[in-house]
Amino acid sequence: MTGLLRSSIEEQFSDIWLEGELSNLRAPGSGHVYCTLKDKTSQIRAVLFRSSAVRLRFALQEGMQVIVRGRLTVYEPRGEYQIVLDTVEPKGIGALQLAFEQLKERLAAEGLFDQDRKKLIPQFPRTVGVVTSLTGAAIRDILAVLRRRWPPLHILIAPVHVQGESAGRQIAEALNALNDLSFVDVIIVGRGGGSLEDLWSFNEEIVVRAIAASHVPVVSAVGHEIDVTLADFVADLRVPTPSAAAEAVVPVLAEVVERLRELKGRLGQVMLRHCAFERQRLDAGIRGMTDVRFRLQEAAQRADDMVGQLREMVQQLLTVGRERVHEVQRDLSDLNPIFAIRQGLATVPQFSKRLEGQMGAVLAQHRHRIHVTLVQLNTLSPLAILARGYSILQTVPAGQILHRANDVEVGQEVVAQLASGRLSCMVTRVFDDSSV
Amino acid sequence: MAAVKFEEAMARLEAIVGELEKSDLPLDESLKIFEEGIRLSKSCLKILEEAEHKVEVLVQDKNGKKRIHAYSPDDEADELSS
Repeated sequence: MTGLLRSSIEEQFSDIWLEGELSNLRAPGSGHVYCTLKDKTSQIRAVLFRSSAVRLRFALQEGMQVIVRGRLTVYEPRGEYQIVLDTVEPKGIGALQLAFEQLKERLAAEGLFDQDRKKLIPQFPRTVGVVTSLTGAAIRDILAVLRRRWPPLHILIAPVHVQGESAGRQIAEALNALNDLSFVDVIIVGRGGGSLEDLWSFNEEIVVRAIAASHVPVVSAVGHEIDVTLADFVADLRVPTPSAAAEAVVPVLAEVVERLRELKGRLGQVMLRHCAFERQRLDAGIRGMTDVRFRLQEAAQRADDMVGQLREMVQQLLTVGRERVHEVQRDLSDLNPIFAIRQGLATVPQFSKRLEGQMGAVLAQHRHRIHVTLVQLNTLSPLAILARGYSILQTVPAGQILHRANDVEVGQEVVAQLASGRLSCMVTRVFDDSSV
Repeated sequence: MAAVKFEEAMARLEAIVGELEKSDLPLDESLKIFEEGIRLSKSCLKILEEAEHKVEVLVQDKNGKKRIHAYSPDDEADELSS
């Protein structure tokens, strides 16, 4: 019965289109893919055999909205009917577009497109490798532009198919081969414009990885301006067209030669200027030295003047000094004591004569005065008085000279001094003057 | 690699001219790099004069052996054998 059903179903539903959501996605080692296709109200088992699965450009994902084409069949061991898928297309977006997005996301996550992986394109390559097809406009454009801009260039073409089954592998191999040569300075990889399908090789993982692995900087130029491939993301430089790639890898020879000439000219000019400047400095130095010599001469002259003045001054001082010495000497000789002594000595006899004369007079005078005095003395002498008959009474034994009668008592002894000799007398009566 | 040599020579030459134009170098130093600059500019021109335009094709035969031969615009047939 199952067999009957199966042949009936297979006959009736040999080519059907379904739309739905993928679920229960399983991909065991066999390479076949099993899943359930469902919509809001129903579901159906589906199988994608390996031969069809490998043709799929994108990866099936759980929950993905798809449009499938296939045939219905019955899986007899379980008695279940299922759809054997021939093609699976993502809904709303092309399969290639989806594959592109998926691979881009995966490789980006690996860091293959990171900016810091990018190598610098050399300014002056000697050998440029070109990976493209020998047919088509791309290679002609590249060769023409390279030749026009930079004739002294070695161009090495690694011819490849740029579309079709083997294109991706060929492109990757060509990139590796050019890297192996070790004298290639930069590689252009690309092709002219085409559909997304035509450009697909440049989105293949093998190509992207070969570009990433290249030690030689890679410039990608795929299709036209609007076409963007994964090769563009991973390349060290992305340019919109093959011609632009050629322009990017070589400068214009005439400009470089002109630049060289200009540099050479500036080199000479700046050196001339430098030399002129140094020459000026030298001249200034020499002038400065002349000035110094002049100033030295001036200074020497002034020094000479000053020495002359000094000599004169010293001479004057010496003259004045000498004169002063003479003066002092003269003064000194005037004051010489010998002159005073001589003078003094001359006056001595004179003085002694005068002295002698004077002395005689003085002596006579004194002699006379002594004589007078002696006469006077003589008259005043008590002896002289006594001689005139007076006497002096003196107490005994005190020897007091008596002036008044009351000074003595009756019976008292008194001595009378006479001009010649003495008398011891006894007081017999005392007569007071008042009683007289 | 010649490319590096030329690139370096150009860069050095630019640097020398820049340095000389700043002109704060002593004369003997200036003369030294000036001579170097002249040498570099000459050798750069010489590199350019001696390099020749050459287009070649790198092909691999069926055994994977690589071969380089001169390119001619009607080489297109070769592509099929690669």
